[in-house]
Amino acid sequence: MFAEEAAGEAAHAAAGWFLEHAWLIPVIPAVAFFLIIFFGKKMPKGGSEIGILSMVASLVIAAGTAYQWIDWSHHSEEPIIKSITWWQSGGLKFGIGQHIDGLAVMALLLVSFISTLVQIYSTEYVRGDRRYTHFFASLTLFSAGMLSMVLAPNMVQFILGWEIMGLCSFMLIGHWWEEEANSKAALKAFFTVRTGDMGLLVGTAMLLAIFGTLDIGGEGGINSLVANGEFDSKNMLMWAAIALFIACIGKSGQFPLHTWLPDAMAGPTPVSSLLHSSTMVVAGVFLVARLYPVFHTGLDINIAGQHFNFVAVIGGITILIAAALAFVQNDIKKVLAYSTVSQLGYMMMGLGVGAWMPAVFHIFTHAFFKCCLFLCAGSIAHTGSHHSFDMKTDMGGLRKKMPITFWTWIVSTLALCGVPFFSGFFSKDEIIDSAKHNHYTVFGIIGLIGAFMTAAYMTRATYLTFFGKARGGAAHFVDGHEDHSHDAAADEVHHDIDGLDTHLHPVHAAHDDHGHGDIQHGKPLPFAPSDSPWQITVPLIILGVLAIFSGYLNAAPFKWHYFEHWLESSMGLPFGEEPGMIPEPPTFSWVAAAPSIILVALGITLSWLISKKVFGEEKNGLQGLTQRNALLGAGHKFLVNKYYLDALYEGVIVKAIAHPIANAAYWVNQHVLDGIVNAVGIGGRRTGEWVYRNVDQRVVDGAVNGSGATARGAGGVLQPVQSGKVSMYGALLFGAAAVGALVLVLVNS
Amino acid sequence: MVLASDIQVAQNIGFGIIAVMMILAGVGVIASRNVVHAALSLVVVMAGAAAQYVLLKAEFVAVTQVLVYIGAVMVLFLFGVMLTRAQLGKDADLNNKNAAIAAPVALLLFGVLAYVLIDGFADEKISATTGAGATPQDTAVISDLIFKPYLLPFWALSFVLLAAVIGAIVLARKD
Amino acid sequence: MLINQFLLLGALLFCMGVYGVLTRKNAVMVLLSIELILNSVNINLLAFDAMNGGSDGNVFALYIIAVAAAEVGVGLAMVLLIYRNRKSISLDDLSEMKG
Repeated sequence: MFAEEAAGEAAHAAAGWFLEHAWLIPVIPAVAFFLIIFFGKKMPKGGSEIGILSMVASLVIAAGTAYQWIDWSHHSEEPIIKSITWWQSGGLKFGIGQHIDGLAVMALLLVSFISTLVQIYSTEYVRGDRRYTHFFASLTLFSAGMLSMVLAPNMVQFILGWEIMGLCSFMLIGHWWEEEANSKAALKAFFTVRTGDMGLLVGTAMLLAIFGTLDIGGEGGINSLVANGEFDSKNMLMWAAIALFIACIGKSGQFPLHTWLPDAMAGPTPVSSLLHSSTMVVAGVFLVARLYPVFHTGLDINIAGQHFNFVAVIGGITILIAAALAFVQNDIKKVLAYSTVSQLGYMMMGLGVGAWMPAVFHIFTHAFFKCCLFLCAGSIAHTGSHHSFDMKTDMGGLRKKMPITFWTWIVSTLALCGVPFFSGFFSKDEIIDSAKHNHYTVFGIIGLIGAFMTAAYMTRATYLTFFGKARGGAAHFVDGHEDHSHDAAADEVHHDIDGLDTHLHPVHAAHDDHGHGDIQHGKPLPFAPSDSPWQITVPLIILGVLAIFSGYLNAAPFKWHYFEHWLESSMGLPFGEEPGMIPEPPTFSWVAAAPSIILVALGITLSWLISKKVFGEEKNGLQGLTQRNALLGAGHKFLVNKYYLDALYEGVIVKAIAHPIANAAYWVNQHVLDGIVNAVGIGGRRTGEWVYRNVDQRVVDGAVNGSGATARGAGGVLQPVQSGKVSMYGALLFGAAAVGALVLVLVNS
Repeated sequence: MVLASDIQVAQNIGFGIIAVMMILAGVGVIASRNVVHAALSLVVVMAGAAAQYVLLKAEFVAVTQVLVYIGAVMVLFLFGVMLTRAQLGKDADLNNKNAAIAAPVALLLFGVLAYVLIDGFADEKISATTGAGATPQDTAVISDLIFKPYLLPFWALSFVLLAAVIGAIVLARKD
Repeated sequence: MLINQFLLLGALLFCMGVYGVLTRKNAVMVLLSIELILNSVNINLLAFDAMNGGSDGNVFALYIIAVAAAEVGVGLAMVLLIYRNRKSISLDDLSEMKG
């Protein structure tokens, strides 16, 4: 026992350079942000080189940290915490620093890796954009925010990173703010997330009140205090956890604050990819994982002798609701957005049911394949479909012409669906399995249904995008001839394409003006002969490979548990059967996994057949079914309108709360104030009349008549002063005050 | 007698750097031809002011300054800039032609103020026990002041804020 | 530290604010300059506090911050209203007070 501790101490002294200096990881991009802002425009590549370099540097350090952490985790469970106090007030110290443990290392590696790839991808995707430099500056700052959040040793730094991300997401989603829809989407994202952020502030304040500290980990940190039961009131802890969880719901797009996520697709595709795979939306899940004891103990609800965790409830609802919405989307990015929401639901549910490790592992695997899917969508829009994201009008039949995009998409889709031996299987199946094992049977079933739906809607999207007949923009790309159903601009496009065979770009200048739904400005239209350029395909290939192999780090079927071993010290709670402990993970068996595999297979097959019927070429009874069948039509409409949640937020809540206040104020204005003003006015007029009759007419007139001529002369001189310009009056006011003060000074001295 | 502890070299250097920064940024606010740049310069001025408050040992006000001014008021301003579709680049038409009047007025004002201040407070020091270098100010003292002797202004202020909120809604809503 | 350092800084910012209020045409810019004035007043209050060793100035500085927030809220609402009615927020166009 003592020997072990001594060994731990010795090892602590010898923690490697990377572990001691992990705080550099967010600092580098933060510095790079300022460099890009100030010097980026003068650089030959507009600042993108600084961004990429800084991300690569962060990635190298993160990789070094991960390597040394693996070594470290063999002989120690202690996190490496370093912190300096930058502020203290009334005995309370605020530190900034690093808190390195398995969870943080995983997130650091993930974020810096994905950010690097996304930045490389962006150099091609937003080439020639009018705010190219600003775009890279925001991307870099965004990554810096996320990185500083994941290694936060205390809640203050956590909030700092969290808010930086909120700000940057606003700038990035609204990157093309000239179009009103985009700036509206940015505002919506900002405000929805801010609603949740209030919860973060309140929750943090409550944690401070309960525990008297803001430190997350380590001796005397919040996590260990909760785990040891060192708090006075479980009720207080519950309210703190609820407040924090509201923040997670807002940031991670959980039901019912998920409405901002699909709208956030208005941003450039690399942004969507970064936001939805490893950063922004994962932040909420990360908070739950980071403060796991708080949520696990605080949100443990006891109804009728039945213990269950509120986190799981929200996660479960989100899985089903978002998956259902993904079916009715025509915009490929929105399908992926709802898919993200649904997958985040899995993570939340996993955390809720006590499956910390599978949920965190799902963060890890999901990041790769979801990022890959988004980048594929961007690649299609960039090269294949004329900058449109509409699957029904502008895609189809692209698999032959864009082989790399196609195959990486397929691989990632299979991973997302949870097909065995792809990465998603190992994490998602583990979550479902744990839910059943931990007596959350209902949630296990929800997970299974979710897996079925995921398989089905992804198959639908795949069919619409890559199979069948090429339509709209894709038709130009695939066949190089005009499509009959295309819009008015088709003729002009046709001319351009004729020109293209001989010579490429110049004729395309006029292109960006005509209207596809999601057309993006400021970029030349490449019409590459085949797949996208290397800046796009290389990240796709890397991510595609990882979408297969990242799962093998924790492959339960083969009893490979590396990931688990590296991270288990971050969990904060011991294994055990008592309340406040985490149940032991289930052992894997193919029998237990069979239902989910069968359902996924069923989902893919069914959806494939139906898609072929509905979207295929030959006419049949299934086409237009939603128009003919009232019940199905109503369901479809309900889904298309996103359960009318937006209508609820904007129509009902805003009307019910904001308008009555305004109306009341208006009423007060009209009746009370006007009454007073009128009364004063009438009184004033009476007085005036009296004065007029008695004083003015009789006494003053005489005098005035005499001085009238003088006044007229003075008025003529002073008239320019009465210009009606406020600033002129202000100048006179301040001038007079200065002169008056000067006179007083002179008189008194 | 001048004690070594009264000179406070570090604080004076800090003051100087921050003051120069604030003045430069202040010039940016009133002279920039770009609305967004002017607004961002104001952020620098406000952050500098917060730093000066720290030097004056008013931590709580400094934090409030950062939260309310930099956090909320500036966001309001940026929204104002966006919603009124102000030109985001350089805007030649930002100033009126009053500089000829405004500059003398401002200079005169500054002259009078500077004369009065130098005349009145010649060498008065911020003493070491209460000024910079002392222990941080206890926030509890401020809260005692607000809720005991200055309760009435606090109430009045609450009404002002309420009226402002309602007024802003009434003014800005579309009907 | 001399108290005059702070007071002179405040005075300078105040005069800059006055200059800004007088020369700016754009209503939002005028509001920005007013913020400059309010900040300079706060610096004065806190400097006097530090000199006298009291905390009353702190309280009033906080009140001023609150009033400033209210002022910006109403001010920007008015600017929006003017913009909506006139499609311009140039103060030179507002000359109804011309005598």
